[in-house]
Amino acid sequence: MLTSIKTNEFAGSESKKLAMMYFRVAIILFGAQLLMGLIAAIQFLAPNFLFEVFDFSVARMVHINALVVWMLYAMIGSVYYLLPDEAGVETVGIGLGKLAFWVLTAAVAVVVLVYIFIQVGPGKESTIWLINEGREYIEAPRWADIGIVVVVLIFYWNVFATYMKGQKTGILTVLVADLLALAGLYLAGMFFTDNISMDQYWWWWVIHLWVEATWEVFVGALAAYGLVKIINAKREIVEMWLWIEVLMLFGSGILGLGHHYFWIGTPEYWWEIGALFSALEPVPLVAMFVHVLYDWGKEQGIAKAEGKPGSVMKNGPAMAWIVTNAFGNFLGAGIWGFFHTLPQVNIYTHGTQFTAAHGHLAFFGAYATILIGMMYLGVQGAYGIERMKATFKSKMAIFLITFGVIGMTIALTIAGYEQVLVERAELGAGWNAFFVAQDLPWYVQAQIWRTIMGVVTFVGFIYLVWDLLTIGKKEAKAAA
Amino acid sequence: MANENEKLSVWTSISFWRRSAAWVTGFAVILLIWLTFNTMGQISMGTDADLKKAAQEHRVVSRVPGPTVINYHIDYKMSKKRGHEVPVIGAKEPFFGKEWSEKEAAALLHLGKLTSQAKNCMNCHTLLGNGAYYAPDLTKAWLDPAWQKGGPMQAMTNTNTTEEAMAKFLQNPSQYPTHARMMPNLGITEEEAKGLVAFLKHMSSIDTNGFPRNFSKTVEQFKTGGTNAH
Ligand code: HEM
Ligand code: HEM
Ligand SMILES: [Fe+2]
Repeated sequence: MLTSIKTNEFAGSESKKLAMMYFRVAIILFGAQLLMGLIAAIQFLAPNFLFEVFDFSVARMVHINALVVWMLYAMIGSVYYLLPDEAGVETVGIGLGKLAFWVLTAAVAVVVLVYIFIQVGPGKESTIWLINEGREYIEAPRWADIGIVVVVLIFYWNVFATYMKGQKTGILTVLVADLLALAGLYLAGMFFTDNISMDQYWWWWVIHLWVEATWEVFVGALAAYGLVKIINAKREIVEMWLWIEVLMLFGSGILGLGHHYFWIGTPEYWWEIGALFSALEPVPLVAMFVHVLYDWGKEQGIAKAEGKPGSVMKNGPAMAWIVTNAFGNFLGAGIWGFFHTLPQVNIYTHGTQFTAAHGHLAFFGAYATILIGMMYLGVQGAYGIERMKATFKSKMAIFLITFGVIGMTIALTIAGYEQVLVERAELGAGWNAFFVAQDLPWYVQAQIWRTIMGVVTFVGFIYLVWDLLTIGKKEAKAAA
Repeated sequence: MANENEKLSVWTSISFWRRSAAWVTGFAVILLIWLTFNTMGQISMGTDADLKKAAQEHRVVSRVPGPTVINYHIDYKMSKKRGHEVPVIGAKEPFFGKEWSEKEAAALLHLGKLTSQAKNCMNCHTLLGNGAYYAPDLTKAWLDPAWQKGGPMQAMTNTNTTEEAMAKFLQNPSQYPTHARMMPNLGITEEEAKGLVAFLKHMSSIDTNGFPRNFSKTVEQFKTGGTNAH
């Protein structure tokens, strides 16, 4: 994408160019994430694969870190992309923004190289500062944490200053408030304690309050922007829905945090609080789903009634990914999340492949999808295309990636059931119970299917990159 | 817009929803902060004095005991009242052949926790059920029959205590394989290994509200020569 920027509205916006820079790094990291996942999946089946060279812990750490970082990149890119449209003025401080981009990208490269080549360090403070912090998802060493905070402050300053200068739309108001909370939460993951219960208490503030509160609201704002932009949905209605979504997402998600405090040493009252509020978390996800599909149907109906032929759709692949998001968010976070969110169930499923099944479908359905949609919007803008239709490659990409992730989720769900019933219920957990369950033929079969579906996902990813690189040129030529 | 809305209904008023969103969010945040203060009080590490009391009364005093818990025998017993197992502080027992002062125990636990992060344990294992699912949960590893007298690990490492078996295994895990899936050599030193074992023993004494459920079943099966005894 973006090898040659033609003269169009886009060419004037430095903010949108910066957005594309973020998108490009995001897609590269997404590829790295999938490759690492494949290595880790193969190690489940062939434990000698790269043993003591590139161990499971390393592959998995890079897998989930690349995940978090590519999503943050794509989120920053999305904001830089929509900011001039929403505010009606060019983004403030783009020069500084570009500098921040390069600093962040250099830091990410160094962190990844250290993960891959140094891997672990001695049990000293220096390891936590320089190599890795050993806390799932937020392993980045302390020096990088501080760097990230600085870069994010610059980003936030740009967004805030632009907001103050330009139009204050509802979408922007939500984003400006949400981003502040999102950035602030990162600080909760930046300290060391000897007390593992305390450690995990704050660790979940970052993980849960990101993915089940601030990131969800962010996605709500992106979907609102996408609907206005792609199908001309009426802003008043979209923004009203957005506030309702904020109400329901924060109303359930903030105290839903309690579903991670059932077993980590925290008091029993979290059983009730966690169960009640997290059980409500799927409600806004249903609302978001209904909202997207309803608006689409309505806009199409209005266009027809006004005698306008053809589709209201201005960007086919982006809209397809946004609809996949509405559905995937509901399914992965809502349904798969609800499955194991009551303590009566969670005491058996906690920390099994069932959790991994949910983690995959939720991160993919709620975040990967809509961020890919934003990349398609970016390509459309970069080439100044009026109406962008899905190509064969767009369709292969969305089909194979979605099919692959759903396949992996089903396989992991089956593996999870197996573990719950045999390791937990029948044998009562423990060292040997764990291995008995891991060796069950049905469990092994599930791991095989997960790996196969991982390959399917990866093939879809190749189509996706190919499409993002070519769709703009093709459509621009067709329009000329 | 506002005027138009007033004539219609509050349900379609943007400002109504905006204000409600702000109130609900604010309320949730305040409640969370209040609960956090309460929880912090309950999960702060207990003291040495607490432990002495707990050992006499055979019960848990704090949900997360202090570092000197490594000087005590830890039991995991069914509590009729709570409906699940709870860690119970027993009599004193030597840890690596000695009793650790408050200061020494704290330093050892610190080294262990730090090492657990430096070696990235959490990206293969779960701790308190959180982490990766490639290797067994470590929450109650200290209490696991596999490491106790008569279990396979002491025999394999040619040691006589749980702590020695664990420490020896941790320094050279791929020399003592139990399954095709092995733990890699992470360059853990003897000191670090002791720290890690202290960290594991401490974690097993945390009151986890009965997780993992039915853990004592594993122990029973082991004693009767069931599935766990090979
Ligand atoms: C897009 C939103 C969501 C994402 C990305 C997400 C992702 C994840 C991930 C990755 C984990 C595993 C964390 C670990 O490694 O230990 C997890 C755990 C969990 N999630 Fe979600 N989640 C989302 C929404 C939800 C919702 C809405 C619910 C409930 C209705 C839910 C319920 C849970 C529960 C109960 C666990 C703990 C599993 C365990 O005990 O092992 N999640 N989530
Ligand atoms: C090629 C495709 C993929 C493969 C083969 C793969 C494989 C894996 C493996 C082996 C793990 C470690 C699970 C464990 O500890 O037992 C893992 C964890 C994880 N992966 Fe993937 N993955 C793939 C794609 C994805 C995608 C597309 C996403 C999200 C967008 C994702 C998100 C995650 C998350 C959140 C975890 C941590 C789950 C948890 O702790 O519960 N993966 N993956
Ligand atoms: Fe959660």
